[in-house]
Amino acid sequence: MIIKAIISVVAFLVLGPFLGGLLAGLDRKLSAKMQRRVGPPVLQPFYDVGKLFQKEKQTPTRFQDFYVILFVVFIIASGVLFFMGGDLLLVIFTLTIGAAFLIIAAYSSNSPYAELGAERELLAMMAYEPMVLITVIGFYMYGGSFRVSEIMAADNMAFLPLIGIFFGWVFILTLKFRKSPFDLSMSHHAHQELVRGATTEFVGRTMGWIEISHWYENVFLLGFVFLFFANGTAWGWIIGIVVALLTYFFEVFIDNCFARMKWQFAFKSAWVVAVVLGMINLFVLYICF
Amino acid sequence: MSAAYVTKSPWVVHYDGSSCNGCDIEVLACLTPMYDVERFGIINCGNPKHADVFLVTGSVNEQNKGIVKQIYEQMPEPKVVVAVGICACSGGIFKDCYNVMGGVDQVIPVDAYVPGCAARPEAIIDAVVKGLGVLQAKRDAMVKAVDAPAEEVAEAAAEEVATEEKKAGAVPPIFTMAEIKVNTMDFLKK
Amino acid sequence: MGTIVFLILFPMIVAFILLVVKSDKGRDVIVIAGSVIIAAMSIVVAIQFAAGGGDYFSFNGEVIGYIMMAVEAGLCIYICITSAMHRKWLAFIFAIIQTPLIMWFEFSRGHGIEVESNLYVDRLSIIMILIIGIIGTLIAVYALGYMKDFQHHEDEKGNKDRRPWFFFVMFLFLGAMVGLVTSNNMIWMYFFWEITSLSSFWLIGYTKTEEATNNAFRALIMNLLGGLGFAVGIVILGIVFQTVEMSTMLLIGSVYGDLVAIPAAFFAFAGITKAAQMPFNSWLLGAMVAPTPTSALLHSSTMVKAGVFMIIKLAPVLGMSNFAGIMTMMVGGITFLFASCAAISQVNAKRVLAYSTIANLGLIVACGGVGTAGAVWAGIMLIIFHAITKSLLFLCVGTAEHHIGSRMIEDMDGLFNKMPRLAMCMIIGIAGMFLAPFGMLISKWGCMVAFVDSGNVLLIGCICFGSAVTAFYWLKWMGKLTAVVAGEESIEYDVHRTETFVHITLVVLVVLVCLLFPLLSSYLLVPYLEITFGGLAGGIMSSGNMLIMVIMVAVIVLLALFGFGKSKKPTVPIYLAGANTGDNRTYYGSMQKEVQFALRNWHMEKYFGEHKMNLIGDVLCVAMLVIGLGYMIATLVSLMGGIA
Repeated sequence: MIIKAIISVVAFLVLGPFLGGLLAGLDRKLSAKMQRRVGPPVLQPFYDVGKLFQKEKQTPTRFQDFYVILFVVFIIASGVLFFMGGDLLLVIFTLTIGAAFLIIAAYSSNSPYAELGAERELLAMMAYEPMVLITVIGFYMYGGSFRVSEIMAADNMAFLPLIGIFFGWVFILTLKFRKSPFDLSMSHHAHQELVRGATTEFVGRTMGWIEISHWYENVFLLGFVFLFFANGTAWGWIIGIVVALLTYFFEVFIDNCFARMKWQFAFKSAWVVAVVLGMINLFVLYICF
Repeated sequence: MSAAYVTKSPWVVHYDGSSCNGCDIEVLACLTPMYDVERFGIINCGNPKHADVFLVTGSVNEQNKGIVKQIYEQMPEPKVVVAVGICACSGGIFKDCYNVMGGVDQVIPVDAYVPGCAARPEAIIDAVVKGLGVLQAKRDAMVKAVDAPAEEVAEAAAEEVATEEKKAGAVPPIFTMAEIKVNTMDFLKK
Repeated sequence: MGTIVFLILFPMIVAFILLVVKSDKGRDVIVIAGSVIIAAMSIVVAIQFAAGGGDYFSFNGEVIGYIMMAVEAGLCIYICITSAMHRKWLAFIFAIIQTPLIMWFEFSRGHGIEVESNLYVDRLSIIMILIIGIIGTLIAVYALGYMKDFQHHEDEKGNKDRRPWFFFVMFLFLGAMVGLVTSNNMIWMYFFWEITSLSSFWLIGYTKTEEATNNAFRALIMNLLGGLGFAVGIVILGIVFQTVEMSTMLLIGSVYGDLVAIPAAFFAFAGITKAAQMPFNSWLLGAMVAPTPTSALLHSSTMVKAGVFMIIKLAPVLGMSNFAGIMTMMVGGITFLFASCAAISQVNAKRVLAYSTIANLGLIVACGGVGTAGAVWAGIMLIIFHAITKSLLFLCVGTAEHHIGSRMIEDMDGLFNKMPRLAMCMIIGIAGMFLAPFGMLISKWGCMVAFVDSGNVLLIGCICFGSAVTAFYWLKWMGKLTAVVAGEESIEYDVHRTETFVHITLVVLVVLVCLLFPLLSSYLLVPYLEITFGGLAGGIMSSGNMLIMVIMVAVIVLLALFGFGKSKKPTVPIYLAGANTGDNRTYYGSMQKEVQFALRNWHMEKYFGEHKMNLIGDVLCVAMLVIGLGYMIATLVSLMGGIA
């Protein structure tokens, strides 16, 4: 059990960024194909980060690095806790604190663009947080445990009983991945009205670290999708991984189909989804189990 | 010299000095599926702090020289500047206007010139790709000068660029200034 | 027993000495000496009783009962006269009903009821005594410096120095609080309860402005209403169950949960008013007009904590899924959600803090209402963490107010540069309020598990949405504080030494409690819960998770010690579209004119307007209270009918 946990943690630490980077590369390639372009090489995200690490070191304030380091540490820590089979609530709180430090890092520069990005990121956080918590609670109400290891070892797939929550989770993944229509706070593509939003003031290697943490985060978030299908059998693994990948490509598809929406829509829709899909699903669980 | 990733992922910041928007449209055309510069990892990121390549269209005047200078200064090394269009190269037909200072090189060092009115997308892409050589050279100079004081770094970078140019046997600008003048005259005659 | 009585009486003696001492120096000495003694004694009490798990003391004496009654009658007359003078007839009516009610009860029935022990100490009271003895006195010490500045402003307005009165009430308050958390006899508890209500009335009305007086009366009226509930509870308890002892009541409650729920509902109602739950939250917001130490005292270690203490105490009865419990948990949950939402729209730092207090108390109240061992664990943890962090935050805001001349969050721009030490204290305080490895989230973790176990889906909804909102309003404030605004000089040279001392002490306490909370849990909380609930039902954080939390705090603290602000990268100007004039605060506008930019927070008035949130919360909570209490009264009537 412990050995298994150690192996998965090491695998996450080593393979996480590769998988995340690869997914990001596939995302860009796929987006290009959808727009009838050739697109960059699949390894492009790695080149980007490599380049960022080779740039001159700069910072707007000597306090920013501290927050960024904490962001990186806690995002990775949340993934580690998840893959070692830890407590889901703890995982979520760690993820939240990571996200909080990114926001603080952006605030610390006192740059108008970064601050506006930070505030929008904050709004996004408020929008998706209820659904995240409901997801975790849903797993608990169905399986009786917050521990990932026990959910993984459960006999039944949580997907069907948690189907509302599953779609709610997929919905807020758009917010978490910062994809259109909810790429309010920062965006990878082209211009936006806030320059680069929350990441405006991160230069060179700082930005590189943020990219890497996002890779970790994305892998971990898809791990959550996988969790809906885990039932301790090989089929569970296969279905889980396939659906996780499909979800990712679905997000890419949505990204390419929509323009950016206003924050009002992002906020309201996320809460409505949390109430309609999440809370009703919880209520049904409460009645049936 | 190790391969600098910067040549594989040149991010662009684009500034419109006082262009008639002709060149700007052509810069944007580079991003369209027709030309698809993302093939080369080029992204128009719009933020000097993330950018490696500075594309300037239009001439520099008294109003915007400070901005051009500041955007250039806020780009972390290594970086290159590409003057897009004849106005950015020399001031073009506006050269003698009372408010126009001339080309971008009046304010910041330019690494590649793209003449034309408006500059063709192919030429712009070509210039950016040419700029990659300069980026590589500057990066190599940075690596070499890790322990050296700042001024030496700058000198070394300049030398490096010069030697790279000699090695390549070509001048980094696509056209020399003399050629550009000829082009301008042609344009004016038309 | 001697130590307990000492802890009740000593602060009162100090209070009376402070009433007559007029010189600044004398007051400084007495307050500091008194505080040190009280803090030391509370630690002594903790050491004395923690291992044994506490004790019950008979401490009988007719005389004490008569003294209390005399004082109560005096207070009642005082309240009646004052409220008549100010034409606050509600206060008059509430006072004139409840005190005679209690007196009638004592004279007619009280003598027949044998009281075995009047005082007691258990591990929960130890925790409360530590909070009162340490946090409360720290606030008193802080008030020394603060009130000097405050009086300085008052002198300018020509108001006379009433500080002896202020410190008198403060220490009286501390003594009464200790009495409240150690009384086993509900009549005694009621006595201390009334003193705390009256003390807060005096503290809120300290400045004697019209606004202060009005708000003080609002606090008094609401607390007297709660007191009325308390009195009714005592009468029911005495007549139906022939006891006035908390311990006996809980004992009977473990068998006849549904019946004991009737007086318990009234006690819980009293707790709800005192803990400023909706619809009674307006008194705590009104209390913000008072000098900041008052707010700190009311919010962290006294007053509102008395309310939640009551509910936590009743948890075993409330937890037996009766209407009293459902009423309590729903009022708490609804208050948590809507008070958190209302906090978003606030610009005044003290009001943000007030709404956050109301929200956190809501969580504690909900925990008490759920009433399982896990929920109570979370509730007590919340009490501890909230007391420390909230007093820290209030005291920081107080100091900031005196130095930047405003308590608006928007004016805290650049506080990081103007008052670095203070800003750091505030940042740590805010982190303590909501960030994961720090205190509050540990308790929120416990709450969530407990709520899920309770199976109340509405409550789960409240905590899910409420938590998201909480993070929003804290983070936007924290962001404001961490923003490094160039060109601001430090103005931190003339902060009173006592203020700085208190800030630093509280910061150390925050970090220590975050690091040592597993010990706290296993030595104080778990044994208490095992005794109260007869074994643990789960829902308490596993030791592995606690360890992870502690490691996280340690990582942050270590990184902060070695890495904070130590980046060696060259500092460059921020991006202002290429028009930064070089000072990071102004840009070249049109015609090359220098324009200063200003950054403002997001308040979302349209979504989270204070008025709207209060209205919805009030309506829902009133509905809950009416249903809960109505059901209880109906049960009681049918019961009495049955007996007759």
